[in-house]
Amino acid sequence: MTRKPVRRRRAPRIADENGRGIRLWELVLRYALLLAVLAITVGPFLWQLSTSLKGTHEDIFSSPPTFLPADPTLHNYERVADTIPVWDYAFNSLKVATANVVTNCVGSALAGYALARLRYRGRRIAALVFILAMLVPVESIVIAQFTTMRELGLNNTLVGVVLPGCIAAMNVLLMRNAFLNLPYEIEEAAYVDGANAWQRFLRIALPSVKGTLAVVAIFAFMGAWDDFLWPLIVLSDPAKFTLTIGLNYLHGTFANDERIVAAGTIIAVAPLIILFACLQRYFFRGVGEGAVKG
Amino acid sequence: MTSPLPTVRTAAETSANTEVTRPAKTSGERPASRVRRHLPTSPWLFAAPGLLVVAVFILYPFVSTVVNSFTDRRTLIPGEFVGLANFRELLHDDMFWTGLRNSVLYMVGVVPALVLLPLLLALLVQKNIPGITFFRSAFYTPVVASIVVVGLIWVWMLDERGLVNSLLEAVGIGRVGFLSDQWLLLLSAMAVTVWKGLGYYMIIYLAALANVPRELHEAASVDGAGAVRRFFTVTVPAVRSTMVLVAALSSVAAFKVFSEVYLMAGPNGGPAGEDTTLVMLVQRTGTGLTGRVGYASAISVVVFVVTVALMLLVLRADRKEDA
Repeated sequence: MTRKPVRRRRAPRIADENGRGIRLWELVLRYALLLAVLAITVGPFLWQLSTSLKGTHEDIFSSPPTFLPADPTLHNYERVADTIPVWDYAFNSLKVATANVVTNCVGSALAGYALARLRYRGRRIAALVFILAMLVPVESIVIAQFTTMRELGLNNTLVGVVLPGCIAAMNVLLMRNAFLNLPYEIEEAAYVDGANAWQRFLRIALPSVKGTLAVVAIFAFMGAWDDFLWPLIVLSDPAKFTLTIGLNYLHGTFANDERIVAAGTIIAVAPLIILFACLQRYFFRGVGEGAVKG
Repeated sequence: MTSPLPTVRTAAETSANTEVTRPAKTSGERPASRVRRHLPTSPWLFAAPGLLVVAVFILYPFVSTVVNSFTDRRTLIPGEFVGLANFRELLHDDMFWTGLRNSVLYMVGVVPALVLLPLLLALLVQKNIPGITFFRSAFYTPVVASIVVVGLIWVWMLDERGLVNSLLEAVGIGRVGFLSDQWLLLLSAMAVTVWKGLGYYMIIYLAALANVPRELHEAASVDGAGAVRRFFTVTVPAVRSTMVLVAALSSVAAFKVFSEVYLMAGPNGGPAGEDTTLVMLVQRTGTGLTGRVGYASAISVVVFVVTVALMLLVLRADRKEDA
């Protein structure tokens, strides 16, 4: 009886990166710590979900707190929709995020290719422009972005929400790095065969950088869906709010019922968590690459 | 990929192509490929959309921020050149100093935690034990969530009657006014920033840890170094440049903090505006029908200068230690 776990330890199913077994107490300690961190990182989301499912007659302030709703109900989700047009807001967010994905993918792939693979007068200046743009903190130019947007007559529109970040310099440089890493010979062969720049870009270069493109797409979606400061500044008409601004509005107006606010936040966060769960491999690659190399 | 028989092409046939650039490393470019083709517009068409967006919505606003900071421009009034008046006013504006103080305090509070905790977390999730992918993803969830969602969740968690206080009361500590006291509010916002940033920096550290040679750990182990000692003699030196990067990224982000404090303290920055940060001040003074665009621009310039100075400082510190 007592020997079995010992043998298991030595059989390196559970092993560290050197292929050596991990001692049992260490493994227990690791899982205990992992679970503790899990409670801290995911716990608040679950508490929010639980609050959103609690009925009007249930005490949400009890001490000690009760985690599971006694009588789970979706009523609060209906009530959010009664207080603010939450589904319209979600649709606005979806439009903004989708547009941001398309413009960022197309725009930064094109510009990245131009920086990495094409030769023309002023290429270095073009690269410098993107690098400089990346260094400017958005927070320090929002007021001027807003006046620019007003001069263009686009303030208080969803187009105005999308435009400033629609081709992020960071993404351009990310795509440039991806194109630079492609073997040069393949394109050269196509070039000798008479393919022009557009053909080489579309048929050869672009299919080889799908991974980076996916990263750009995911981050563009997430960034647009989550953005707060810029939409807060550019949108003034409640009918055009995105979900984040709508939630802030809901919180400010109806802070007295936490159940409704909780339901609203769950509506805003659920799509992203699902998206993330499906695409997490790309997320991790993107953060690693983007932060260290970009 | 190439046709079996080498095809001979005339100059006219290839002239429609835009030249491919060789990477700088490879030498021996054929002179023929240096000939500029007669479609010089094509490469610019590739870069044009990106350049246009960046020029109109980043660089132009940047230049106009600097220009506006020397004017008394308001939302609906063009304004005139006033020289350094805005900056002189900043020196006497209590709210500006409050904002600067809070932004600096925020940085001082948040950065050490964000340099150290994610490293420990990365070490925790580094080993490939069963279920570790799940834990890694779960720890990343707060990064994915919108800052508004995160802010509202914590407002509810830290409410006078919220979960944290219920738990504190249940263990006999009693309720704490996290969101009503000026300093506790700022501390709570910092905690939320750290909470949201943990997963992000954890991944950066994971990438760095993957590059630490295993032999170093083994050698240290053989020499009898325990886990704590190995952490300081092997891990920390090996990820030092990543720590500098994390310090740079997190200090710049912390100095520019807006959303966490705005959501938890309210648009006016908590009791008597004492929790206002610099970017909150920019947003508050620069928007609305009576927005003082010129004055807000002057604060923006301060934010920009401090941000760039921070980056240079951190990078310079990095280089000095290397030498």
